[in-house]
Amino acid sequence: MTQQSENSEPQVEGKKPVNPVQFLSFGLGNEEYGVDILSVQEIRSWEPVSRIPNVPSYEKGVVNLRGSIVPIIDLRDRFNLGHSEYTALTVVVVLQAEIEGKNRTMGLVVDAVSNVINVEKSTIQKAPDFGTKVSTEFINGLASVDGRMVMILDVQKLLKLENTDEEDE
Amino acid sequence: MSIDMAQFHQVFFEESFEGLDVMESGLLNLDMGDVDVEEINTIFRAAHSIKGGSGTFGFTAVSDFTHIMETLLDEMRDGRRSVTQSAVNVLLSSVDCLREMLTAIQDDQELNESRIAELTKTLEQELNGGATSDASATTTEPIADTDSQQLDVTDEEIDEFADTDETEIVEEAKEETVVDSVEGWNIAFSPHPQLLKTGNDPVRMFRELTELGELTSKIDFRGVPSFHDMDPEECYLSWNLKVLGNINKEHIDDVFDWVEEDCDLAVQSFGNTLKKVVPATPASDPLPTSVAVPDTIAAESTDLIENKAEIETKKQPEEAKVTTEAATAAEETAEKTPESKPKPAQKQATEKAKPKGSSSIRVDTGKIDTLINMVGELVITQSMLSLVGEHFSMDHVDQLKSGLSQLGRHTRELQESVMNIRMMPISFVFSRFPRLAHDVSRKLNKKIELKLSGENTEVDKTVIELISDPLVHLVRNSLDHGIEMPDVRIAAGKPEVGTVNLNAYHRGGNIVIEVIDDGKGLDKEQLRSKALDKGLIDENDLLTDKQTYELIFHPGFSTAQEISDISGRGVGMDVVRKNIQSLGGSIEIQSELGKGSTFAIHLPLTLAILDGQSIAVGDETYIVPLVSIVETINITEEMINRVAGKGETFRLRKEFLPIVRMHDIFNVQSAKATKLTEGLVVVVEGQGIRCGLFIDELLGQQQVVIKSLEANYRRVEGVSGATILGDGSVALILDIPGLVRLSNN
Repeated sequence: MTQQSENSEPQVEGKKPVNPVQFLSFGLGNEEYGVDILSVQEIRSWEPVSRIPNVPSYEKGVVNLRGSIVPIIDLRDRFNLGHSEYTALTVVVVLQAEIEGKNRTMGLVVDAVSNVINVEKSTIQKAPDFGTKVSTEFINGLASVDGRMVMILDVQKLLKLENTDEEDE
Repeated sequence: MSIDMAQFHQVFFEESFEGLDVMESGLLNLDMGDVDVEEINTIFRAAHSIKGGSGTFGFTAVSDFTHIMETLLDEMRDGRRSVTQSAVNVLLSSVDCLREMLTAIQDDQELNESRIAELTKTLEQELNGGATSDASATTTEPIADTDSQQLDVTDEEIDEFADTDETEIVEEAKEETVVDSVEGWNIAFSPHPQLLKTGNDPVRMFRELTELGELTSKIDFRGVPSFHDMDPEECYLSWNLKVLGNINKEHIDDVFDWVEEDCDLAVQSFGNTLKKVVPATPASDPLPTSVAVPDTIAAESTDLIENKAEIETKKQPEEAKVTTEAATAAEETAEKTPESKPKPAQKQATEKAKPKGSSSIRVDTGKIDTLINMVGELVITQSMLSLVGEHFSMDHVDQLKSGLSQLGRHTRELQESVMNIRMMPISFVFSRFPRLAHDVSRKLNKKIELKLSGENTEVDKTVIELISDPLVHLVRNSLDHGIEMPDVRIAAGKPEVGTVNLNAYHRGGNIVIEVIDDGKGLDKEQLRSKALDKGLIDENDLLTDKQTYELIFHPGFSTAQEISDISGRGVGMDVVRKNIQSLGGSIEIQSELGKGSTFAIHLPLTLAILDGQSIAVGDETYIVPLVSIVETINITEEMINRVAGKGETFRLRKEFLPIVRMHDIFNVQSAKATKLTEGLVVVVEGQGIRCGLFIDELLGQQQVVIKSLEANYRRVEGVSGATILGDGSVALILDIPGLVRLSNN
């Protein structure tokens, strides 16, 4: 998995993008999501985590990432997309972002990493408002790649793990 | 010439604070009757280097202030002035003031002008009035007076000086230290071109001159070459300076002390008879002769420089912040493009001087050498192992084993010595207490002797930083409440002088810090009645001695009859205990009424590593800090009691302890033991609360490195941190008080 994603060439769309932004896209169920490639630290395969007691079920636990303790979040659980079994092919995307002056690292469990995509910045559409029906809290915008829709995630918000999360449970 | 001086600020501040500590302890050590000259020398040297440093960096307020202190110290050193308690006290408060000034400059804050002015006045009074002893002391018309005298110079006089011939240079070699009265000095100062390269800056020297008296300057531009030939790092200007005021020749010489080699200098007094000239080195390099600066520009730059002098005479605080760099920049501007540009330069310099929050640590070079040796050995072992690995066959198994055991040993040693680097002697904290004892005893008219022992006991830097406040509080309590007034002590048949002992020593993996006083001790009856008043205990409660003493840790509990500004508000002991506990330590009290009290603080040596007991709950592993484990037992059905059918307790000898089921509060599905009799109960203690943790089994003891869970995640109730086990997996470290809270909810 890791190899595949690293070797895949950035896609160049029909017209040369003027102001391209690169995203790493990955699949969750039938949906495709993307995160800013600059916030991706590495892509790893799933390994058993140490569970943290009394936290929401999508916070799977923590792992040792070269000496630092990094939490692992299951995005399927987070977005209520149903549970899937973890196999050796399950992928963890390790993201990092600066939040409140501190550099935070976190792993996201996703089904599969698909590609690095180039998106013209101006073509990114704002996430539509579904009212309360669908939470678009973490979605920064929608991009169209080869006719498919890719939801661009807000890494800052994802990594923040606000305390309100706990009360949701 | 654009060396960024700001990069040295940190070092300057560190050294200055160290110097202040030296001065403080030196002053406290001064024995009034029999003064040790070496001690005064030490204090003087410390003051002198602070003055020098602050002058270099342009912190004129600091250097001026230190200068006055230095004068006082100088007289003491020469025996011209006897050392009095009042002088020492003034000097001590000046040390405090200096420390505040330096902190303010470091944090880029306003200086407390009024305090500085007040202390300057007191110092000057001490200088003038206090001059006693062998009155044969000829000279030293108090230097501080020049400040006021310079203001008396009238306008006429200034006009008169303005007419004096520019080029007048008199060379005479005659040594004169005493000047009766002069109205001012003419200084012809022509630096050699390379003056700036030696790090000297005429602007700074002029600023120092303005401190001595009113300064007027005329610049000689004849040396300035055409713009194309100009090297910005060379000084082409020469000056004719006039300083007004009754100034000691020495002080003018001091200003030019560093540049004597790099300039032609002539100093001549006017208005009176005495003349003195420094023999100057003859100019070796001929100055460039071509003059290409138009008159208007010359006029402008003269204005510029005079403006500067004016600003500086006003001693505006902002000006004090301007670093030498800014001054130099301004100086260069004057040379090259005489458009007034000093403003951006100043701004830039101020920005660079912004406080840096970096913390640094001073390490004994010996420790680093050991570390390097060890790394060397590690490299050798590594290369040996890789050799074994390259041509591995079963014959080499022994070699491999011995190599691995060597590697293990080196790693452990390396770890120890790295930890050692973070260790600092506890004297960093202790050193402030003599001063505290001195101040408190003076304020309360008590006689107190403070004895320190074990100052060289080493503790982790973090522990040092966090323990100092609680310790100050304890010592202050002992000084204020513990030690009685001298008459009370004599009446009680005790020596008049009370003793407070501060001890530090290692015991096991802990450091113990004791504060022992021979004062009145804690009054158990008084504590009890106070606790009854506050409703903390019940009339019928029987308290052990230990429990009684622990009452003082309740918030708002104070036995002091009167509230003083030293202590007694009842705020504090609870904070002291909280701070110590947050460091993983504990505090114990022993006391005997009328004999004294002992407060003993037990702290772990380091916060980065702890001794842990791994426990298993289902297939999960947790770490319990070994210090909080009392014992581990198998319990039987008879020991178990239920409170209101739910809360489980068990009886341990005479105590009933609540049971905290780990698998319940942490929701462990895979737990093997759910019946209390099947698993183990670990009796743990934290913040005075005891309870039994119900777990599956004990795994083993090991030292664990504490890793922060909050760095990438957040705080989790019942967990104080995480660690990485031998197999690379993560185990959570339990927080006992947190667990108890969790199980109560």
